[in-house]
Amino acid sequence: MRILVLIKQVPDSTTRIKIAAGGTDIDRTGVKLVVNPFDEFAIEQAVRLREARSDIEQITALTVGPAKAAEALRTALAVGCDDGIHIQDDAFAGFDELQTARLIATAVKDGGYDLILVGKQEIDLDSGHVGPAVAEFLDLPHVGTAVKFELAADGKSFTANRRVEGAEETVQVTLPAVVTCEKGLCEMRYPSLPNLMKAKKKPIKQVTAADVPDAASLFASVGGTKMADLQPPPSRPPGKVIPGEPEEAVKELVRLLREEAKAI
Amino acid sequence: MTDDILIFAEQRDNRIHPAALQLVTPARALADKTGGQVVACVVGDQIDTAAAAMNVAGVNRIITISNTSLAVYSATRYRTALVAAAEKVQPRVLLLPASFMGRDLSPRVAARLSAGLGTDVVELDLDGDGALEIHRPIYNGKASAKLTFARDRLAIATVRANTFPAPTDGGAAATESLAFTPGAGDDRITVKGIERAGGEVKDVAEADIIVAGGRALKNEQNFALLYKLAKELDAAVGASRAACDAGYQPHSRQVGLTGKTVTPKLYIAAGISGAIQHLAGMRGSKVIVNINTDPEAPLAQVADYTIQHDLFKVIPALTAEVRALKAQS
Ligand SMILES: Cc1cc2nc3c(=O)[nH]c(=O)nc-3n(C[C@H](O)[C@H](O)[C@H](O)COP(=O)(O)OP(=O)(O)OC[C@H]3O[C@@H](n4cnc5c(N)ncnc54)[C@H](O)[C@@H]3O)c2cc1C
Ligand SMILES: Nc1ncnc2c1ncn2[C@@H]1O[C@H](COP(=O)(O)O)[C@@H](O)[C@H]1O
Repeated sequence: MRILVLIKQVPDSTTRIKIAAGGTDIDRTGVKLVVNPFDEFAIEQAVRLREARSDIEQITALTVGPAKAAEALRTALAVGCDDGIHIQDDAFAGFDELQTARLIATAVKDGGYDLILVGKQEIDLDSGHVGPAVAEFLDLPHVGTAVKFELAADGKSFTANRRVEGAEETVQVTLPAVVTCEKGLCEMRYPSLPNLMKAKKKPIKQVTAADVPDAASLFASVGGTKMADLQPPPSRPPGKVIPGEPEEAVKELVRLLREEAKAI
Repeated sequence: MTDDILIFAEQRDNRIHPAALQLVTPARALADKTGGQVVACVVGDQIDTAAAAMNVAGVNRIITISNTSLAVYSATRYRTALVAAAEKVQPRVLLLPASFMGRDLSPRVAARLSAGLGTDVVELDLDGDGALEIHRPIYNGKASAKLTFARDRLAIATVRANTFPAPTDGGAAATESLAFTPGAGDDRITVKGIERAGGEVKDVAEADIIVAGGRALKNEQNFALLYKLAKELDAAVGASRAACDAGYQPHSRQVGLTGKTVTPKLYIAAGISGAIQHLAGMRGSKVIVNINTDPEAPLAQVADYTIQHDLFKVIPALTAEVRALKAQS
């Protein structure tokens, strides 16, 4: 069985966001880049499957991104993926999430992957489009926001739990399939130093626009949203510190919530 | 493509999702500009009450797609159903709630219909050419961006809950039903079971009021204080990651970057410092209350009201005060 893990390099969650001139992107100078936290769960899940079973032939990590994104692939390889695919071309730079999904689907459709593990969403754009869209483009079933994953002994299906409002669903899905990984599934181990060294020798295949048949026409037909006008978040009105001892303060709070904020 | 605006009227167990009713407000504003109609599509099994609720919210037309195989959500079957409705209506814009279901379903539908997609939208309008443009938070709420869509293809947006009011002045919708024809391979997903989280308290993702606790609660037992307050307020209980990781609360109650994003009308944080990853999940709340002994806690910067006292004194007093208030009215 072959597993594909989709990963993206994103600004660390503690990054202070500065908006670049032109307002179409953030200022990326000096920003610390990490593997998207939800993608860490996907990497770890794949590696745990291999540790628990004997039928996992190959775990491949794939990213679409600039040269620097190779670092994210190296992390995945150090944690236990076998090889990487790095899709990189200036022609893909302005792609939105659906176009990226289309690109990924086109690049992997003949790869024979049985299971595609994806993060629930990126922590920069917070979209969550790529997993379900890749599934649709490849005509595969998917399970979104999985918090538990169990592969059947025969490797032909799995059950997964997903959280929805107020409930947890258990679903059974036949392979091949796509799963998007949610917090709670598993936590990624730290790669050890020897494994970081070994990862440097694992193969990463480079893919450019020339390798994707009919690239231009594929992408003209989906998505195409453009981001502009980045702004700091709408500022909240300055808050009030309610004075007095706890009892008085609470009385005043309830009055304000009722009369001023009309929240209760 | 027509000038109509289609709404995915999400329901579970014949109960319409409140965020689906709220979609009627922006859909109507768009339809007033395009000159089209607002059409709602309700998908499920036994969905008469849900459809009636959509009618009250004031849509022009309701399409129901009802089938026993649609009784619970499945990404493939619901995709097939919504795609069928969209192909019938040929709308200019399709709106879904930015709920678990809406966010799971919309990328598949967008991929199938070669559409553009924007998620977690808080503002939407048409530009001079009649193309959709939306505003949405990015970088976990640390910035906001405008997203423009191509004019020549369907535009899909999922809209954040509690961003718009739900209208209640409708009642005259024309209703029609559309037969469900499953697609090849739709049956590859089977829902085996649905376990509802402990019936007496709501889930943070659908509550109007949230009472959330952090590491300062010290243990699981102390969370009972928050549950008492939540009961008086008809609220859900949330928690910081520190509180969930320490086992005080299940991860399903975690609010934040790696938890749930919530936008309730009122968010009461007790003993939560307000780390950037926590703010990521709750800074879109309408009104924020901060109960923290530390005046420097970053949560104070987004809070409307702060009480700088021990939460173990404040929360019981607040519970008593709310109870007294309810007894009066
Ligand atoms: C990749 C990543 C993802 C993350 N995702 C999330 C997430 O989704 N959600 C999340 O919450 N965090 C998340 N975090 C963790 C986050 O950085 C913080 O560690 C966490 O939010 C802290 O939780 P806390 O506020 O409960 O604890 P603390 O930071 O320890 O704060 C406790 C607060 O309680 C106050 N206090 C103490 N005693 C009392 C008392 N008696 N009365 C009143 N106040 C009192 C203190 O002054 C303090 O401000 C993430 C971190 C990373 C790196
Ligand atoms: N450029 C990319 N390369 C590889 N995987 C990606 C890329 N963008 C998104 N993904 C995957 O899709 C998930 C959801 O991303 P998004 O839809 O952009 O929020 C991420 O967590 C990744 O697993």
